[in-house]
Amino acid sequence: MALGSKDLLGIRGMSADEINLILDTAMSFKDVSEREIKKVPALRGKTVINLFYEASTRTRTSFELAGKRLSADVINISVSTSSVVKGETLLDTAKNIEAMKSDMIIVRHPCSGAPELLAKRLKSSVINAGDGFHEHPTQALLDMFTIRERLGRIEGLDVAIVGDIAHSRVARSNIYGLTALGARVRVCGPPTMMPRDIERLNVSVYYDMDKAVDGADVIMMLRLQLERQAAGLFPGVREYARLYGLNKRRLSLAKDGAIVMHPGPMNRGVEIMSDVADEGSVILDQVTYGVAVRMAVMFLLSGGGRAETQSLS
Amino acid sequence: MKEKALILDKAGIDRALTRIAHEILEKNKGPADLALVGIQRGGVHLARRLAVKIRDIEGVDVPVGSLDITMYRDDLDIRASQPVPKGTDISFDVHDKAIVLVDDVLYTGRTIRAALNSIMDYGRPRRIQLAVLVDRGHRELPIRADFVGKNLPTSTKEKVEVMLSEESAEEKVVILEE
Repeated sequence: MALGSKDLLGIRGMSADEINLILDTAMSFKDVSEREIKKVPALRGKTVINLFYEASTRTRTSFELAGKRLSADVINISVSTSSVVKGETLLDTAKNIEAMKSDMIIVRHPCSGAPELLAKRLKSSVINAGDGFHEHPTQALLDMFTIRERLGRIEGLDVAIVGDIAHSRVARSNIYGLTALGARVRVCGPPTMMPRDIERLNVSVYYDMDKAVDGADVIMMLRLQLERQAAGLFPGVREYARLYGLNKRRLSLAKDGAIVMHPGPMNRGVEIMSDVADEGSVILDQVTYGVAVRMAVMFLLSGGGRAETQSLS
Repeated sequence: MKEKALILDKAGIDRALTRIAHEILEKNKGPADLALVGIQRGGVHLARRLAVKIRDIEGVDVPVGSLDITMYRDDLDIRASQPVPKGTDISFDVHDKAIVLVDDVLYTGRTIRAALNSIMDYGRPRRIQLAVLVDRGHRELPIRADFVGKNLPTSTKEKVEVMLSEESAEEKVVILEE
Protein backbone atom coordinates (compact mmCIF):
# COMPACT_ATOMS: atom_id res chain seq x y z
CA MET A 1 0.00 0.00 0.00
CA ALA A 2 1.23 3.46 -0.77
CA LEU A 3 0.24 6.94 0.23
CA GLY A 4 -0.13 8.14 -3.32
CA SER A 5 -1.90 11.36 -2.48
CA LYS A 6 -0.72 14.94 -2.55
CA ASP A 7 -2.29 16.22 0.66
CA LEU A 8 -3.31 15.19 4.16
CA LEU A 9 -6.55 17.00 4.93
CA GLY A 10 -8.32 14.67 7.33
CA ILE A 11 -8.63 11.19 8.73
CA ARG A 12 -12.21 10.76 7.53
CA GLY A 13 -12.34 8.23 4.72
CA MET A 14 -8.88 6.81 5.38
CA SER A 15 -8.65 3.04 5.49
CA ALA A 16 -7.05 1.06 8.30
CA ASP A 17 -4.25 0.16 5.86
CA GLU A 18 -3.46 3.78 5.11
CA ILE A 19 -3.44 4.73 8.80
CA ASN A 20 -1.25 1.75 9.66
CA LEU A 21 1.18 2.62 6.87
CA ILE A 22 1.71 6.04 8.42
CA LEU A 23 2.07 4.60 11.94
CA ASP A 24 4.50 1.90 10.74
CA THR A 25 6.59 4.49 8.91
CA ALA A 26 6.61 6.66 12.03
CA MET A 27 8.30 3.82 13.95
CA SER A 28 11.50 4.34 11.95
CA PHE A 29 11.36 8.11 12.31
CA LYS A 30 10.98 7.77 16.07
CA ASP A 31 14.45 6.18 16.12
CA VAL A 32 15.93 9.12 14.20
CA SER A 33 14.97 11.51 17.02
CA GLU A 34 16.74 9.30 19.54
CA ARG A 35 20.08 9.31 17.75
CA GLU A 36 23.01 11.63 18.32
CA ILE A 37 22.57 13.10 14.84
CA LYS A 38 18.82 13.68 14.65
CA LYS A 39 18.67 14.29 10.93
CA VAL A 40 18.21 12.28 7.74
CA PRO A 41 18.48 13.66 4.20
CA ALA A 42 15.10 12.42 2.94
CA LEU A 43 13.63 15.89 2.18
CA ARG A 44 16.89 17.62 1.29
CA GLY A 45 16.23 20.59 -0.99
CA LYS A 46 12.50 20.75 -0.23
CA THR A 47 10.89 23.89 1.12
CA VAL A 48 8.22 23.57 3.78
CA ILE A 49 6.08 26.50 4.91
CA ASN A 50 4.29 26.62 8.26
CA LEU A 51 1.30 28.90 7.65
CA PHE A 52 -0.49 29.34 10.96
CA TYR A 53 -3.57 31.54 11.27
CA GLU A 54 -4.07 30.50 14.91
CA ALA A 55 -1.80 30.51 17.91
CA SER A 56 0.19 27.33 18.38
CA THR A 57 3.38 26.32 20.12
CA ARG A 58 3.31 22.57 20.15
CA THR A 59 2.03 21.81 16.69
CA ARG A 60 4.04 24.49 14.92
CA THR A 61 7.28 23.51 16.69
CA SER A 62 6.58 19.85 16.07
CA PHE A 63 6.11 20.40 12.33
CA GLU A 64 9.18 22.64 12.22
CA LEU A 65 11.37 20.04 13.95
CA ALA A 66 9.93 17.27 11.77
CA GLY A 67 10.81 19.20 8.63
CA LYS A 68 14.28 20.09 9.87
CA ARG A 69 15.05 16.51 10.93
CA LEU A 70 14.17 15.50 7.38
CA SER A 71 16.63 18.15 6.09
CA ALA A 72 13.92 20.33 4.53
CA ASP A 73 14.13 24.12 4.73
CA VAL A 74 11.31 25.25 7.00
CA ILE A 75 9.87 28.76 7.12
CA ASN A 76 7.34 29.87 9.71
CA ILE A 77 4.78 32.49 8.84
CA SER A 78 2.76 33.80 11.71
CA VAL A 79 -0.20 35.81 10.67
CA SER A 80 0.22 38.68 13.08
CA THR A 81 3.41 39.81 11.32
CA SER A 82 2.33 39.02 7.74
CA SER A 83 0.43 40.83 4.98
CA VAL A 84 -2.71 39.11 6.21
CA VAL A 85 -3.12 42.05 8.57
CA LYS A 86 -3.14 44.25 5.46
CA GLY A 87 -6.15 42.37 4.12
CA GLU A 88 -4.62 39.77 1.82
CA THR A 89 -6.83 36.71 1.27
CA LEU A 90 -5.75 33.22 2.33
CA LEU A 91 -5.50 32.06 -1.28
CA ASP A 92 -3.45 35.08 -2.36
CA THR A 93 -1.07 34.59 0.54
CA ALA A 94 -0.66 30.91 -0.29
CA LYS A 95 -0.19 31.54 -4.03
CA ASN A 96 2.49 34.10 -3.30
CA ILE A 97 4.28 31.62 -1.08
CA GLU A 98 4.03 28.99 -3.77
CA ALA A 99 5.43 31.45 -6.33
CA MET A 100 8.63 31.29 -4.27
CA LYS A 101 8.64 27.52 -5.00
CA SER A 102 7.40 25.83 -1.88
CA ASP A 103 6.91 22.06 -1.88
CA MET A 104 4.72 21.65 1.17
CA ILE A 105 2.43 24.03 3.04
CA ILE A 106 1.22 23.24 6.54
CA VAL A 107 -1.92 25.17 7.37
CA ARG A 108 -3.77 25.92 10.56
CA HIS A 109 -6.86 28.06 10.11
CA PRO A 110 -9.93 28.93 12.17
CA CYS A 111 -12.22 28.15 9.20
CA SER A 112 -13.15 24.53 8.55
CA GLY A 113 -12.19 23.61 4.99
CA ALA A 114 -9.44 26.21 4.52
CA PRO A 115 -6.73 23.56 3.90
CA GLU A 116 -8.97 21.82 1.38
CA LEU A 117 -9.45 25.07 -0.51
CA LEU A 118 -5.68 25.49 -0.74
CA ALA A 119 -5.09 21.85 -1.65
CA LYS A 120 -7.34 22.20 -4.68
CA ARG A 121 -5.67 25.35 -5.95
CA LEU A 122 -2.00 24.70 -5.20
CA LYS A 123 0.61 22.35 -6.58
CA SER A 124 2.32 22.12 -3.19
CA SER A 125 1.34 19.36 -0.80
CA VAL A 126 -1.00 20.68 1.88
CA ILE A 127 -1.09 19.28 5.41
CA ASN A 128 -3.97 20.24 7.66
CA ALA A 129 -2.62 21.30 11.06
CA GLY A 130 -6.13 21.95 12.39
CA ASP A 131 -9.02 23.72 10.70
CA GLY A 132 -11.94 25.14 12.65
CA PHE A 133 -14.16 22.45 14.16
CA HIS A 134 -13.30 20.08 11.31
CA GLU A 135 -10.15 17.95 11.65
CA HIS A 136 -6.65 17.82 13.10
CA PRO A 137 -5.34 14.70 11.39
CA THR A 138 -1.73 14.66 12.62
CA GLN A 139 -2.91 14.98 16.24
CA ALA A 140 -5.14 11.93 15.80
CA LEU A 141 -2.28 10.01 14.14
CA LEU A 142 0.09 10.78 16.99
CA ASP A 143 -2.61 9.83 19.50
CA MET A 144 -3.11 6.50 17.74
CA PHE A 145 0.66 5.99 17.59
CA THR A 146 0.90 6.65 21.34
CA ILE A 147 -1.89 4.17 22.13
CA ARG A 148 -0.24 1.55 19.94
CA GLU A 149 3.14 2.10 21.57
CA ARG A 150 1.75 1.96 25.12
CA LEU A 151 -0.93 -0.71 24.81
CA GLY A 152 0.35 -2.67 21.82
CA ARG A 153 -2.81 -2.43 19.76
CA ILE A 154 -5.85 -0.33 19.02
CA GLU A 155 -8.38 -2.89 17.85
CA GLY A 156 -10.85 -3.86 20.56
CA LEU A 157 -9.84 -1.12 23.02
CA ASP A 158 -12.37 1.10 24.77
CA VAL A 159 -11.45 4.75 24.34
CA ALA A 160 -13.30 7.49 26.22
CA ILE A 161 -13.04 11.00 24.76
CA VAL A 162 -14.21 13.57 27.32
CA GLY A 163 -14.92 17.27 26.95
CA ASP A 164 -16.23 19.72 24.40
CA ILE A 165 -16.89 17.22 21.62
CA ALA A 166 -18.83 19.69 19.49
CA HIS A 167 -15.99 22.17 19.07
CA SER A 168 -13.12 19.69 18.98
CA ARG A 169 -11.31 18.86 15.75
CA VAL A 170 -9.08 16.57 17.81
CA ALA A 171 -12.12 14.54 18.88
CA ARG A 172 -13.46 14.32 15.34
CA SER A 173 -10.19 13.14 13.77
CA ASN A 174 -9.69 10.63 16.58
CA ILE A 175 -13.22 9.26 16.21
CA TYR A 176 -12.66 8.62 12.49
CA GLY A 177 -9.25 7.04 13.00
CA LEU A 178 -9.94 4.97 16.11
CA THR A 179 -13.18 3.50 14.74
CA ALA A 180 -11.41 2.70 11.42
CA LEU A 181 -8.83 0.74 13.42
CA GLY A 182 -11.50 -1.15 15.36
CA ALA A 183 -11.56 0.62 18.74
CA ARG A 184 -14.84 1.23 20.57
CA VAL A 185 -15.14 4.96 21.12
CA ARG A 186 -17.19 6.60 23.88
CA VAL A 187 -17.73 10.33 23.85
CA CYS A 188 -18.68 12.24 26.97
CA GLY A 189 -19.42 15.87 27.74
CA PRO A 190 -22.15 18.29 28.74
CA PRO A 191 -25.24 18.10 26.48
CA THR A 192 -24.53 21.65 25.27
CA MET A 193 -21.18 20.46 23.93
CA MET A 194 -22.38 17.26 22.28
CA PRO A 195 -23.10 17.46 18.55
CA ARG A 196 -26.49 16.20 17.45
CA ASP A 197 -26.41 12.83 15.68
CA ILE A 198 -22.84 12.09 16.82
CA GLU A 199 -23.96 8.43 17.17
CA ARG A 200 -23.80 8.22 13.39
CA LEU A 201 -20.01 8.13 13.71
CA ASN A 202 -20.30 4.78 15.52
CA VAL A 203 -19.62 6.15 18.99
CA SER A 204 -21.59 5.73 22.19
CA VAL A 205 -22.65 8.90 23.97
CA TYR A 206 -22.35 9.48 27.73
CA TYR A 207 -23.27 12.48 29.83
CA ASP A 208 -22.10 10.93 33.10
CA MET A 209 -18.32 10.81 33.18
CA ASP A 210 -18.12 8.02 35.78
CA LYS A 211 -19.95 5.74 33.37
CA ALA A 212 -17.90 6.89 30.39
CA VAL A 213 -14.54 6.02 31.95
CA ASP A 214 -15.74 2.81 33.61
CA GLY A 215 -13.51 0.01 32.28
CA ALA A 216 -11.90 2.21 29.62
CA ASP A 217 -8.41 1.43 28.27
CA VAL A 218 -7.75 5.00 27.21
CA ILE A 219 -9.05 8.30 28.60
CA MET A 220 -8.54 11.17 26.22
CA MET A 221 -9.27 14.53 27.81
CA LEU A 222 -10.02 17.55 25.65
CA ARG A 223 -9.05 21.10 26.42
CA LEU A 224 -11.94 23.23 27.70
CA GLN A 225 -11.92 26.45 25.75
CA LEU A 226 -12.66 28.87 28.54
CA GLU A 227 -14.21 31.42 26.16
CA ARG A 228 -17.11 28.99 25.67
CA GLN A 229 -18.37 30.05 29.07
CA ALA A 230 -19.27 33.46 27.65
CA ALA A 231 -21.32 31.69 25.00
CA GLY A 232 -23.34 30.03 27.76
CA LEU A 233 -22.27 26.45 26.98
CA PHE A 234 -21.28 25.71 30.55
CA PRO A 235 -22.21 27.61 33.69
CA GLY A 236 -18.83 27.76 35.44
CA VAL A 237 -15.34 26.36 35.50
CA ARG A 238 -15.74 24.81 38.96
CA GLU A 239 -18.93 23.02 38.04
CA TYR A 240 -17.33 21.79 34.81
CA ALA A 241 -14.32 20.48 36.73
CA ARG A 242 -16.60 18.66 39.17
CA LEU A 243 -18.67 17.01 36.44
CA TYR A 244 -16.16 16.48 33.64
CA GLY A 245 -12.70 16.83 35.17
CA LEU A 246 -10.41 13.80 35.40
CA ASN A 247 -9.30 13.14 38.96
CA LYS A 248 -7.79 10.15 40.76
CA ARG A 249 -11.16 8.73 41.75
CA ARG A 250 -12.45 8.73 38.20
CA LEU A 251 -9.19 7.32 36.85
CA SER A 252 -9.54 4.42 39.31
CA LEU A 253 -12.77 3.44 37.55
CA ALA A 254 -10.88 2.80 34.31
CA LYS A 255 -9.17 -0.46 33.50
CA ASP A 256 -5.89 -1.27 35.30
CA GLY A 257 -3.05 0.17 33.22
CA ALA A 258 -5.35 2.62 31.43
CA ILE A 259 -3.55 5.57 29.87
CA VAL A 260 -4.45 9.24 30.19
CA MET A 261 -4.04 11.50 27.17
CA HIS A 262 -4.44 15.21 26.50
CA PRO A 263 -3.63 17.10 23.29
CA GLY A 264 -2.49 20.19 25.23
CA PRO A 265 -2.39 22.88 26.28
CA MET A 266 -3.89 21.70 29.58
CA ASN A 267 -6.10 23.68 31.92
CA ARG A 268 -4.80 22.17 35.14
CA GLY A 269 -7.54 21.87 37.73
CA VAL A 270 -10.27 22.19 35.11
CA GLU A 271 -10.49 19.23 32.73
CA ILE A 272 -7.51 17.44 34.28
CA MET A 273 -6.16 17.52 37.84
CA SER A 274 -2.42 18.01 38.28
CA ASP A 275 -1.78 14.69 40.03
CA VAL A 276 -3.38 12.76 37.17
CA ALA A 277 -1.56 14.82 34.54
CA ASP A 278 1.87 14.43 36.12
CA GLU A 279 1.81 10.79 37.22
CA GLY A 280 1.11 8.02 34.82
CA SER A 281 -0.16 10.11 31.94
CA VAL A 282 1.33 9.78 28.46
CA ILE A 283 0.94 13.45 27.63
CA LEU A 284 4.64 14.09 27.04
CA ASP A 285 4.96 10.86 25.04
CA GLN A 286 2.28 12.26 22.76
CA VAL A 287 4.47 15.30 22.17
CA THR A 288 7.59 13.17 21.52
CA TYR A 289 5.80 10.88 19.09
CA GLY A 290 4.20 13.86 17.36
CA VAL A 291 7.52 14.72 15.72
CA ALA A 292 7.98 11.15 14.43
CA VAL A 293 4.43 10.95 13.09
CA ARG A 294 4.75 14.30 11.31
CA MET A 295 8.08 13.21 9.83
CA ALA A 296 6.35 10.10 8.49
CA VAL A 297 3.50 12.11 6.97
CA MET A 298 5.86 14.61 5.33
CA PHE A 299 8.06 11.80 4.04
CA LEU A 300 5.15 9.84 2.59
CA LEU A 301 3.62 12.89 0.91
CA SER A 302 6.93 14.00 -0.59
CA GLY A 303 7.19 11.18 -3.10
CA GLY A 304 7.56 12.46 -6.63
CA GLY A 305 6.13 10.88 -9.75
CA ARG A 306 2.65 10.67 -8.32
CA ALA A 307 0.23 8.85 -10.59
CA GLU A 308 -2.60 11.23 -9.79
CA THR A 309 -2.77 14.32 -7.68
CA GLN A 310 -5.67 13.33 -5.52
CA SER A 311 -6.10 14.46 -1.97
CA LEU A 312 -6.14 12.01 0.86
CA SER A 313 -9.77 12.20 1.93
CA MET B 1 10.27 -13.29 -15.35
CA LYS B 2 11.61 -16.80 -15.69
CA GLU B 3 14.68 -18.44 -14.27
CA LYS B 4 17.62 -18.38 -16.67
CA ALA B 5 20.39 -19.89 -14.59
CA LEU B 6 21.15 -21.15 -11.10
CA ILE B 7 24.19 -19.29 -9.79
CA LEU B 8 24.55 -20.59 -6.25
CA ASP B 9 22.72 -23.36 -4.45
CA LYS B 10 22.40 -23.75 -0.69
CA ALA B 11 25.83 -25.33 -0.30
CA GLY B 12 27.35 -22.74 -2.63
CA ILE B 13 25.99 -19.86 -0.56
CA ASP B 14 27.31 -21.46 2.62
CA ARG B 15 30.79 -22.01 1.14
CA ALA B 16 30.93 -18.43 -0.11
CA LEU B 17 29.99 -17.09 3.34
CA THR B 18 32.56 -19.35 5.03
CA ARG B 19 35.28 -17.98 2.74
CA ILE B 20 34.13 -14.37 3.27
CA ALA B 21 34.21 -14.90 7.06
CA HIS B 22 37.82 -16.08 6.82
CA GLU B 23 38.75 -13.21 4.51
CA ILE B 24 37.20 -10.64 6.86
CA LEU B 25 39.22 -12.04 9.76
CA GLU B 26 42.39 -12.19 7.68
CA LYS B 27 42.11 -8.65 6.35
CA ASN B 28 41.23 -7.20 9.77
CA LYS B 29 43.82 -9.32 11.59
CA GLY B 30 41.23 -10.94 13.84
CA PRO B 31 37.84 -10.01 15.29
CA ALA B 32 38.93 -7.13 17.58
CA ASP B 33 36.78 -3.97 17.08
CA LEU B 34 34.96 -5.72 14.25
CA ALA B 35 31.22 -5.13 13.73
CA LEU B 36 28.88 -6.34 11.00
CA VAL B 37 26.05 -4.17 9.64
CA GLY B 38 23.54 -5.77 7.29
CA ILE B 39 21.54 -3.69 4.86
CA GLN B 40 17.78 -4.39 4.96
CA ARG B 41 16.59 -6.88 4.09
CA GLY B 42 18.80 -9.61 2.62
CA GLY B 43 22.02 -8.18 4.02
CA VAL B 44 20.74 -8.46 7.59
CA HIS B 45 20.37 -12.24 7.33
CA LEU B 46 23.78 -12.58 5.70
CA ALA B 47 25.41 -10.43 8.41
CA ARG B 48 23.92 -12.65 11.14
CA ARG B 49 25.21 -15.77 9.36
CA LEU B 50 28.67 -14.27 9.01
CA ALA B 51 28.67 -13.48 12.74
CA VAL B 52 27.91 -17.14 13.49
CA LYS B 53 30.77 -18.24 11.24
CA ILE B 54 33.18 -15.80 12.86
CA ARG B 55 32.18 -17.15 16.27
CA ASP B 56 32.81 -20.71 15.01
CA ILE B 57 36.27 -19.72 13.79
CA GLU B 58 37.45 -17.39 16.55
CA GLY B 59 35.08 -18.12 19.44
CA VAL B 60 34.19 -14.42 19.69
CA ASP B 61 30.81 -12.72 19.25
CA VAL B 62 31.05 -9.66 17.04
CA PRO B 63 28.21 -7.10 17.23
CA VAL B 64 25.65 -7.21 14.42
CA GLY B 65 23.43 -4.31 13.38
CA SER B 66 20.86 -3.69 10.69
CA LEU B 67 20.58 -0.63 8.52
CA ASP B 68 17.60 0.70 6.59
CA ILE B 69 18.72 3.19 3.99
CA THR B 70 15.26 4.37 2.88
CA MET B 71 15.68 7.86 4.31
CA TYR B 72 19.03 8.24 2.56
CA ARG B 73 17.97 7.15 -0.94
CA ASP B 74 18.63 9.49 -3.85
CA ASP B 75 15.56 8.43 -5.81
CA LEU B 76 12.81 9.43 -3.34
CA ASP B 77 11.75 12.15 -5.79
CA ILE B 78 11.29 9.87 -8.76
CA ARG B 79 9.63 6.86 -7.19
CA ALA B 80 5.89 6.40 -7.59
CA SER B 81 5.42 5.88 -3.87
CA GLN B 82 7.62 5.95 -0.84
CA PRO B 83 9.01 2.67 0.47
CA VAL B 84 8.23 1.82 4.09
CA PRO B 85 11.41 1.86 6.20
CA LYS B 86 12.14 -1.52 7.78
CA GLY B 87 14.03 -0.14 10.73
CA THR B 88 17.62 0.48 11.69
CA ASP B 89 19.08 -1.20 14.75
CA ILE B 90 22.64 -0.30 15.59
CA SER B 91 22.84 -0.85 19.33
CA PHE B 92 26.63 -0.63 19.58
CA ASP B 93 28.84 2.44 19.38
CA VAL B 94 30.23 2.65 15.84
CA HIS B 95 32.99 5.01 16.92
CA ASP B 96 36.42 3.59 16.04
CA LYS B 97 34.93 0.24 14.95
CA ALA B 98 35.96 -1.66 11.85
CA ILE B 99 32.55 -1.94 10.21
CA VAL B 100 31.80 -4.50 7.54
CA LEU B 101 28.70 -3.54 5.58
CA VAL B 102 26.91 -6.61 4.27
CA ASP B 103 24.48 -6.70 1.33
CA ASP B 104 23.15 -9.46 -0.88
CA VAL B 105 23.65 -7.95 -4.35
CA LEU B 106 25.98 -5.12 -5.38
CA TYR B 107 24.65 -3.41 -8.51
CA THR B 108 24.69 0.37 -9.16
CA GLY B 109 26.39 1.17 -5.84
CA ARG B 110 23.72 3.71 -4.90
CA THR B 111 22.48 1.65 -1.95
CA ILE B 112 26.04 1.49 -0.60
CA ARG B 113 26.46 5.26 -1.03
CA ALA B 114 23.27 5.73 1.03
CA ALA B 115 24.45 3.20 3.63
CA LEU B 116 27.80 5.00 4.02
CA ASN B 117 26.07 8.33 4.64
CA SER B 118 23.65 6.70 7.06
CA ILE B 119 26.33 5.00 9.11
CA MET B 120 28.35 8.21 9.38
CA ASP B 121 25.33 9.74 11.13
CA TYR B 122 25.84 7.23 13.95
CA GLY B 123 29.46 8.11 14.53
CA ARG B 124 32.93 7.86 13.05
CA PRO B 125 34.04 4.30 12.36
CA ARG B 126 37.76 3.65 11.94
CA ARG B 127 37.07 2.05 8.57
CA ILE B 128 34.20 0.60 6.58
CA GLN B 129 34.50 -2.41 4.32
CA LEU B 130 31.91 -3.99 2.07
CA ALA B 131 30.95 -7.65 1.78
CA VAL B 132 28.41 -8.83 -0.82
CA LEU B 133 27.16 -12.25 -1.81
CA VAL B 134 26.91 -11.32 -5.52
CA ASP B 135 28.57 -8.53 -7.49
CA ARG B 136 26.64 -8.18 -10.74
CA GLY B 137 28.50 -5.17 -12.17
CA HIS B 138 26.97 -2.02 -13.78
CA ARG B 139 28.26 0.41 -11.16
CA GLU B 140 27.08 4.02 -11.41
CA LEU B 141 29.36 5.24 -8.61
CA PRO B 142 33.03 4.64 -7.77
CA ILE B 143 32.35 1.89 -5.23
CA ARG B 144 33.78 -1.62 -5.00
CA ALA B 145 33.38 -4.54 -2.64
CA ASP B 146 36.18 -5.80 -0.38
CA PHE B 147 34.68 -9.29 -0.09
CA VAL B 148 32.67 -10.93 -2.87
CA GLY B 149 30.90 -14.28 -2.83
CA LYS B 150 30.44 -14.49 -6.58
CA ASN B 151 31.33 -12.14 -9.43
CA LEU B 152 28.53 -12.36 -11.95
CA PRO B 153 28.52 -10.59 -15.32
CA THR B 154 24.89 -9.71 -16.09
CA SER B 155 22.80 -7.71 -18.54
CA THR B 156 20.74 -4.83 -17.15
CA LYS B 157 17.62 -6.57 -18.46
CA GLU B 158 18.25 -9.47 -16.13
CA LYS B 159 17.41 -9.62 -12.46
CA VAL B 160 19.50 -11.32 -9.80
CA GLU B 161 17.39 -12.85 -7.06
CA VAL B 162 18.83 -14.01 -3.76
CA MET B 163 16.51 -16.34 -1.88
CA LEU B 164 17.44 -17.08 1.72
CA SER B 165 15.83 -19.64 4.01
CA GLU B 166 15.04 -16.91 6.58
CA GLU B 167 12.41 -15.46 4.26
CA SER B 168 11.91 -17.94 1.47
CA ALA B 169 11.01 -21.59 1.03
CA GLU B 170 14.16 -22.15 -1.01
CA GLU B 171 17.76 -21.08 -0.64
CA LYS B 172 19.56 -20.15 -3.86
CA VAL B 173 20.81 -17.37 -6.11
CA VAL B 174 19.33 -17.25 -9.61
CA ILE B 175 19.31 -15.02 -12.70
CA LEU B 176 15.86 -14.15 -13.97
CA GLU B 177 15.08 -12.80 -17.45
CA GLU B 178 12.00 -11.68 -19.36
